Amino acid sequence: MIPFVINIVYFLLSLALLLAFIRLTRGPSLPDRVVALELIASIVVGFVGVHAIDTGISSLLDVAIVIALTAFLAAIGFARFLERGTQE
Amino acid sequence: MTDIIVSILLLVGAGFMLLAAVGIVRLPDLPTRMHASTKAGAMGAMFTMAGVAFFFADGVVLARAFAIVVFILITSPIAAHVIGRAGYFIGTPLWSGTIKNELRDNYDSQTHTLRSGYEDSPESVTPPPEPNPDKKP
Repeated sequence: MIPFVINIVYFLLSLALLLAFIRLTRGPSLPDRVVALELIASIVVGFVGVHAIDTGISSLLDVAIVIALTAFLAAIGFARFLERGTQE
Repeated sequence: MTDIIVSILLLVGAGFMLLAAVGIVRLPDLPTRMHASTKAGAMGAMFTMAGVAFFFADGVVLARAFAIVVFILITSPIAAHVIGRAGYFIGTPLWSGTIKNELRDNYDSQTHTLRSGYEDSPESVTPPPEPNPDKKP
């Protein structure tokens, strides 16, 4: 039962990744793209978790921790960049 | 039994993430898109991590999954707040159907100062301190 469900979950997450990528390419402003990037990072965290179940390697969760950390730092960095750009 | 719980948790998590992605494509402006992506995305990641913790049923994995959940729960609102603030500062257009924008009248985008709107009302004047009768001059 688990492998079948994992296939479905892979499909759903891929669809979500595709939709977030559409917003990333189309997004009219830079904050929209940053929001899409953050959602992509969140989806990838889910992907890594599902892959850890799929392969049975629990060490992959460290990758999820690092991805969540870097996504947060990227969001903060982008926001700082945006705000500083307006004060010139 | 464990398989059923893990399957349900994974499917719910993936469903939340798909909802977040649909919301980020369909909704009209930046705050509504953030409203969809940050909450539903964090919820999906948390459900997926709960499924992982149930599947492995191990103390170390449980601690890691819990760490990821707590980290997402802490950082997701902060990132949303910071991006929304930056987006408002640089003048990202709001949706044409927006009915409430309380910052528009009180916030000066040039000087980054925010008025409360009560500066000119008589209630904002602080009354003079009552003279203390017991105090000797």
